[in-house]
Amino acid sequence: MPAEHHGSVSAEPVISARNLDLTFQTNDGPIHALKGVSLDIGKGDFVSFIGPSGCGKTTFLRCMADLEQPTGGTVTVNGMTPEEARKSRAYGYVFQAAGLYPWRTIGGNIRLPLEIMGISKAEQDARVARVLELVELSGFEKKFPWQLSGGMQQRASIARALGFDADILLMDEPFGALDEIVRDHLNEQLLKLWDRTGKTIAFVTHSIPEAVYLSTRIVVMSPRPGRITDVIDSPLPRERPLDIRETPEFLEVAHRVREGLRAGHGDV
Amino acid sequence: MRRSVVPVLTVVGFLLLFWYAAAVWLNAPWAYNKAQRAGETLSFSQVVADTWSQKKPRLPAPHQVAREVWETTAQKAVTSKRSLIYHAGVTLSATLLGFVLGTGLGILLAVGIVYNRTMDMSVMPWVIASQTIPILAIAPMIIVVLNAVGISGLLPKAMISMYLSFFPVVVGMVKGLRSPEAMQLDQMRTWHASRGQTFWKLRLPSSMPYLFTSLKIAMAASLVGAIVGELPTGAVAGLGARLLAGSYYGQTVQIWSALVMAAVLAACLVGIIGLLQRVMLRRMGMS
Ligand SMILES: Nc1ncnc2c1ncn2[C@@H]1O[C@H](COP(=O)(O)OP(=O)(O)OP(=O)(O)O)[C@@H](O)[C@H]1O
Ligand SMILES: [Mg+2]
Repeated sequence: MPAEHHGSVSAEPVISARNLDLTFQTNDGPIHALKGVSLDIGKGDFVSFIGPSGCGKTTFLRCMADLEQPTGGTVTVNGMTPEEARKSRAYGYVFQAAGLYPWRTIGGNIRLPLEIMGISKAEQDARVARVLELVELSGFEKKFPWQLSGGMQQRASIARALGFDADILLMDEPFGALDEIVRDHLNEQLLKLWDRTGKTIAFVTHSIPEAVYLSTRIVVMSPRPGRITDVIDSPLPRERPLDIRETPEFLEVAHRVREGLRAGHGDV
Repeated sequence: MRRSVVPVLTVVGFLLLFWYAAAVWLNAPWAYNKAQRAGETLSFSQVVADTWSQKKPRLPAPHQVAREVWETTAQKAVTSKRSLIYHAGVTLSATLLGFVLGTGLGILLAVGIVYNRTMDMSVMPWVIASQTIPILAIAPMIIVVLNAVGISGLLPKAMISMYLSFFPVVVGMVKGLRSPEAMQLDQMRTWHASRGQTFWKLRLPSSMPYLFTSLKIAMAASLVGAIVGELPTGAVAGLGARLLAGSYYGQTVQIWSALVMAAVLAACLVGIIGLLQRVMLRRMGMS
């Protein structure tokens, strides 16, 4: 069992999981969604989670976000419990579906968490304008979600998570439903944003190239029970043009990830 | 809209045809009876003419009802006790008051059911049970009891309207307030939204399509309630009173004209809600 923890060497951990267990009790018996998961995510890390369906990636992210209660072990976020972190609005969470409210404009959707947090009207306006620019949706503030393409909606939902300026971003397959071209574009933008803001990002994906392109570290997981089988530190530089994906270093990392995934499958 | 005109007119045409035929069939015995006593024999066209113009027919012909409606609306002062508009107005006020009360009660109960586990477990069976009691059985009791404590007039009728109209609102709003997906509720949780914020910003807006559908049913039920409420009071005003008076004196034409008025009223009220629904849901991007 990989109960030893995969530590980060450089910075103090922003998110730290120790021996995390989560067992769902279902009618068909218990499901071990997570077992003995330990991981440190350092400040400014971009960590991707990759693994076959049902290996507990979403569950792990939800534990960090206090949307799921672990049945064993601990998670801390910014040194707090996930509940305290959630209540101090330490993270932004981007769900797989954009989940914009149809009755609110794009601006209104981004404003929603800001209203909930009691941020002043003037400040709201400033932030909406800023994050819309960040995701290249300036000029769409007054549009309704149904007037936007799926990719634009997903960008709007990222803008919404960015709006309240948390240092941590938890993203669960945010680009899963998009076509390759749009996805490339959003990957590039996300990377720029990460580079500019120094946020800590935990990112779930099914795509090996996406994981390798974006991450400073790639966490490979495997199902039944859900666990971490490999953690790969990326040797790629922070500055990453899209064509870095053709370089030998990139392919080398991708190869290692693929090997890790295959090994995870092997011992099931 | 344009395309539905022809089918609708066709159906109306057939209904009128059927109505005239039924009038002949139902009223013919009386025509023959009369003729027999007078020692006459009637030709078919005479029978038809007679059945469509009797003073107290079993089934009045459409044009008789139309004439009665015309005479009691356009040709009477609105304040006159013989004006159908006056009576419709009386029923309308009870309907609207009952509708507002019923909608309010329905929404309150729905909020309670959605937010309170105890209410969730205990209230719904009672709500359903309340609707299995025939309204005709309890309407007189409500009227009599309220009269006894000195409440009469508009309010007792509105109570019966409320009794009928809160039900669809409870059912619809419980479903509507529970319609946000788990993901949307999780989203609210990640923002640390309070229950009130989740209600006003997510649950309530999400429930609007359900609310409007319920309101249409509630409005129709409310009108039925108001009319039923007017039956046992020996009421002097309202469409229900017209129905009752008509049946006392065998004034079938009056009964039918009151029914037509009630139908028109219902169609208008439900139509207004439908219009509101279209405007509102379009503005909310939910249609
Ligand atoms: N609320 C729940 N109740 C019961 N079982 C659950 C629940 N949520 C997740 N599971 C189970 O836990 C396991 C891990 O699920 P999880 O959603 O974390 O997988 P995942 O890695 O995100 O998969 P995918 O790539 O398909 O999104 C699965 O077997 C799933 O069936
Ligand atoms: Mg998942």
